[in-house]
Amino acid sequence: MLRIDYLSIGGLPPLSFEVAPGQCLVIEGPSGSGKTRLLRAIADLDPAEGYVFLEGVERSEMPASLWRQRVRFVSAEPAWWAATPRAHFPAAAKLDRLLAALGLEHMNLDQPVAELSTGERQRLALVRALADDPPVLLLDEPTSALAATNAALASEFIKFQILAGRIVILVSHDAVQIERLASARLHLADLEWPHAPDSVAA
Amino acid sequence: MSSLPLANTDLLWAALLIALNGAISLTFGLRLELSLALITLRMVVQVAALGVVLRFVFLQSSPLWTAAVALLMLLIAGYELAERQERRFRGWWAYGLGNTTLLFASGLATLYAVTVVIAPNPWYAPRYLLPILGMVLGSTLTSVSLVLQTLAEGIERERGAIEARIAQGGTRFEAFAPLMRRAMRTAMTPLLNIMSVAGMVTLPGMMTGQILAGADPVEAARYQIVLMFILAGAAGLGAFATAVGGVLMISDRRHRVRLDRLAPLASSWRPF
Repeated sequence: MLRIDYLSIGGLPPLSFEVAPGQCLVIEGPSGSGKTRLLRAIADLDPAEGYVFLEGVERSEMPASLWRQRVRFVSAEPAWWAATPRAHFPAAAKLDRLLAALGLEHMNLDQPVAELSTGERQRLALVRALADDPPVLLLDEPTSALAATNAALASEFIKFQILAGRIVILVSHDAVQIERLASARLHLADLEWPHAPDSVAA
Repeated sequence: MSSLPLANTDLLWAALLIALNGAISLTFGLRLELSLALITLRMVVQVAALGVVLRFVFLQSSPLWTAAVALLMLLIAGYELAERQERRFRGWWAYGLGNTTLLFASGLATLYAVTVVIAPNPWYAPRYLLPILGMVLGSTLTSVSLVLQTLAEGIERERGAIEARIAQGGTRFEAFAPLMRRAMRTAMTPLLNIMSVAGMVTLPGMMTGQILAGADPVEAARYQIVLMFILAGAAGLGAFATAVGGVLMISDRRHRVRLDRLAPLASSWRPF
């Protein structure tokens, strides 16, 4: 269980919600409404007031690197720290399965990352995120750069991760994908302050 | 050993060459003549004052006076270091980090030099300690400032890659390792260049000085070699400490990248 308690993202009322294993919460909202900031705060990549618990353990009670080995943020524009894709993956037997599930089984993992297409990089980022089996996935528009068939493949891949019992929070604009994956939806533009902001401060 | 004394008229003859630079600037519209004049004046005052102060301190040969001058040198070097940075840390750390590592590395190398390597009697004899500290500071200043600059530029360009590695569960030192490595390499390069051409293309400054002052060239060479080792040690130590300290400051305890700790870009060129 991933529990968010009074998490403060600038401009939004404090957020509290829970996502259980095998569930997918879809975050919606216009650009700049705080979707990415929310995911980054849950992964503890930006400072944010409030609490995030995974299986009852707050993020601050655990070394930051351990937290992010469990709570995995996948950026909409994944960045790469080494020259080739292979250098980003641990040597795991499941790597081939992950690649195949996303239609990347024929990919040459030793070619420079810079020569790959945006879509290939986005799918590789999903492989990278899953390679060490994190229980929580925070996906920021994971199929935004993919052509229709590959997007469908990636959606099925995410569906499979949900069925396998992972906790998924997904930011998406794709209505079909949301319909297919969402267990619950949260629209950031619809949020209302529970009290007047100044009475919260009091 | 003795050197030919220089009369004031000799200084004036040499100043003619600076005047020539001014004339070039005027002729070709380089618009450097004002800066040139001010900087020349500044240099003359600085160096002359240094001579007078050093003569006084050498005559005293008291640890207190030596310490006072050493401290002043450290402060000026620290100020110069902070001024050299284009991207600085916010607040107190703008001066804190560079100064701490500069002090640490040059202090350690200088103390090692005067207590173990050259070991004059007493070890704090200003005639040895102050010139060594000066040269060590110069070399460490360059290396520390190159590390700070490489880190600050690199963090903005490579933020995505660094954060990707952190998001993947890496520690900040794992994520920053490539940038730290590059910063330290950049910092060591000037010294490697100087060492590789020393004695071939350039006659090293200290050795030149000693030879002009009448010392035996072989003895001067021994001094120069020892000094190169000390400078290299100080520069490397300073680079390492600054790289580690820089990463600790540019990220927080939760291993988050904190670009908000960098002050906005300030570009200023000042003659003073």
